Amino acid sequence: MLLSVKVHYHSYDAIIVGAGGAGLRAAIEVAGKVKTAVITKLYPTRSHTGAAQGGMCAALANVEEDYWEWHAFDTVKGSDYLGDQPAIDIMCKEAIDAVIDLEHFGMAFSRTADGHIDQRRFGGHTRNHGEAPVRRSCYAADRTGHMILQTLFQQCVARDVKFFNEFQVFDILFDDTSQQRKVVGVVAYELATGDLHVFATKAVLLATGGYGKMFKISSNAHTLTGDGPALLFQKSIPMQDIEFFQFHPTGIYGFGILLSEAARGEGGILRNVLGERFMDRVAPTVKDLAPRDMVSRAIHAEIVAGRGAGPEKDYVFLDLTHLPPEQIDSKLPDISDFARTYLGIEPKTQQIPIQPTAHYAMGGIPTNVDAEVLADETGATVLGLYAAGECACVSVHGANRLGTNSLLDIVVFGRRGGKKMAQYVLETDHPEITKDAHIPFQQRIDELKNANGQEKVAIIRAELQETMTKNASVVRTHDSLEEALGVIEDLSKRYLNISIDDKGNVFNYDLLEALELEHLLELARAMVVSAQARTESRGAHWRDDFPTRDDVNWMKHTLTTKKPDGTLRLAYKPVVGGKYPPMERKY
Amino acid sequence: MADEKTLDTRVKVHLKIKRFNPETDRRPHFEDYEVLLRAGDRVLDALHLVKWTIDGTLSFRRSCAHGVCGSDAMVINGENKLACVNLIRNVGTHLTIEPIRGLPIIKDLVVDMEPFFAQYRAVLPYLINSDEPGYKERRQSQADRERYDDTSKCILCACCTTSCPIYWTNDGYIGPAAIVNAHRFIFDSRDEGTQERLDILNEKSGVWRCRTSFNCTQACPRGISVTKAIEEVKREILFDRI
Repeated sequence: MLLSVKVHYHSYDAIIVGAGGAGLRAAIEVAGKVKTAVITKLYPTRSHTGAAQGGMCAALANVEEDYWEWHAFDTVKGSDYLGDQPAIDIMCKEAIDAVIDLEHFGMAFSRTADGHIDQRRFGGHTRNHGEAPVRRSCYAADRTGHMILQTLFQQCVARDVKFFNEFQVFDILFDDTSQQRKVVGVVAYELATGDLHVFATKAVLLATGGYGKMFKISSNAHTLTGDGPALLFQKSIPMQDIEFFQFHPTGIYGFGILLSEAARGEGGILRNVLGERFMDRVAPTVKDLAPRDMVSRAIHAEIVAGRGAGPEKDYVFLDLTHLPPEQIDSKLPDISDFARTYLGIEPKTQQIPIQPTAHYAMGGIPTNVDAEVLADETGATVLGLYAAGECACVSVHGANRLGTNSLLDIVVFGRRGGKKMAQYVLETDHPEITKDAHIPFQQRIDELKNANGQEKVAIIRAELQETMTKNASVVRTHDSLEEALGVIEDLSKRYLNISIDDKGNVFNYDLLEALELEHLLELARAMVVSAQARTESRGAHWRDDFPTRDDVNWMKHTLTTKKPDGTLRLAYKPVVGGKYPPMERKY
Repeated sequence: MADEKTLDTRVKVHLKIKRFNPETDRRPHFEDYEVLLRAGDRVLDALHLVKWTIDGTLSFRRSCAHGVCGSDAMVINGENKLACVNLIRNVGTHLTIEPIRGLPIIKDLVVDMEPFFAQYRAVLPYLINSDEPGYKERRQSQADRERYDDTSKCILCACCTTSCPIYWTNDGYIGPAAIVNAHRFIFDSRDEGTQERLDILNEKSGVWRCRTSFNCTQACPRGISVTKAIEEVKREILFDRI
């Protein structure tokens, strides 16, 4: 017997789930053309795009010679040759239009003396195929993501886009009767009331962001729990390259809060406890501006070698003290405040303790360059289903994303996905969905509210985060991953025995956190199993027991699928190459 | 600094939290809690500890946990603050926490933000420009860019608006945050919607309600000179009328 719950029915042509940069950019493209709604578990301006700091690269050549082909080369090399080159070409070429579009939307870019969009250096971005760092990142002080998120939201307000704020999508409905799977709707939970909403729709674009909250030390928001990927994963849509997760080198020690690579772009230096600039040894040409995977590993190596600082010798320093104070104030104001707020450190005179922090999912829902979701390794699409931004894997980031390319990814592929979706909607009939589409999810809520198990969500989540940071981070081995897998499987069993305190309908975050934890557990298992299978080191996936890249056996993408019996199936598809053949990655 | 994190010395923190469950309570009431925290922990960590170890029914919004998303504005020891940018060592070990004022309480620390966002939308918070710049960026000098830098930092957390005594007493006042977001475009050299926005802010609900109490400036977690922005808009309206 189900508890009574109010159910509302809606009908839209297009539904966008998530209101960060990718979702909002897609909405701008779709709204006005077809009947559109954006469903978001937060208010749009709370999305984690707003936390991005450093910039968005595009070869505008406003301050020095640059070409989109150089940007593409850097991205391919940065990806450790796992990125698909045709997709990377599209992203780097369209980057220029994407920046100009944002400027036209009112984006508050920092400017050069002659009034052009200013550009600065960023990790892994070089002139002429690796000669020296290049000024390619378009930015707005160190709050570029904030400005992009605000600008895109402003444009949605101007276009009167319909938002369902603080609604959590918990089911994506498919028509599985014909050979090609087709989207027909979504079921969402309204946080303010506990009511359920069934949306019949021709198309869905997922833009739900990442899943970095499976790690203990993380730059991610509490709400980044992989909801979109996990919902599809539960319905046997694969995750691509999920073993590749980026650890940003400069998280505030103990907190994991991001200190932008822009700090090094402006001249900041990493030092060990002896004061040595250790990146000199690792990347003699670009030094501290090497890609993130290499810098994070270099920090890890310093700590392992006993050259870390602090009582536990487990952090190193970001040194900005040699920069002119006015440069810190004008170019890095927010991250300076973070150092003051959380560590009581004045970055103009003191070095900042940092450690690598879980930051970005390179893997995600497999898509093509039009953001259409792929059902399997053959490239078959799911009709009406799209994904863009961090939740998706095109793949433009491959095994390691370059700094600034995430903000680029969300605007380029948000726009492409929106365009494609609008076109699809105009050619498609409205779906029929049954009145009881919400029942499975309603049963799930009832189960959770009625459950009287002994286990607690916060404890299981903390143990998951602990093992992922310890065993599946910057450096992995078969054994460390085996340990993580054992813990995850145990936690998944314990999860079946949870109970929650809040049985109410209004803003029941207790219930929400329980459902989010299921997503994290699901994706963590997929990550660890996929990482264990990949017996090589490539980009952010470093295996101490297989410390070299293996282009003979592993120039391929992983596709991890959950079978109906709950076991995982690993399949692979080749990387799509292009102009740049794999070469040794030196900087 | 680092010692506080690694040495794991914990202090007892007393929280007095205003609770309200619309499904069972007739009016809000205070509940007391005690948790152990490090001096370098955030107020948000204290709330999480209460929620995760003592009472899961406690509701509050949060997301980024480092002061950029604007979700967790609340009244901490009488002042509007973000729970994630205030550390125990700065706010002390006796905390009284209430929802921000002037917006209807829905549950515990969660208030209805819709009136706030409606006021934001009312000032046309987007670039209005009818020219066709083609496939190139519009130029803007560094000085012109600097003119609206301060107000472009706003994260719409509502700390300013809900600290304003005029906002509490007069439900028509559009509030500081809406004015800040109007300022961001009024002083953007690329924008052409200034007159429309000034007309809106010259109405009864607009800038003239402000009595320069400076609560808003003090409350802003982004350090925006809110009162100054309001004054600049007032001057713009007066200057236009002369």
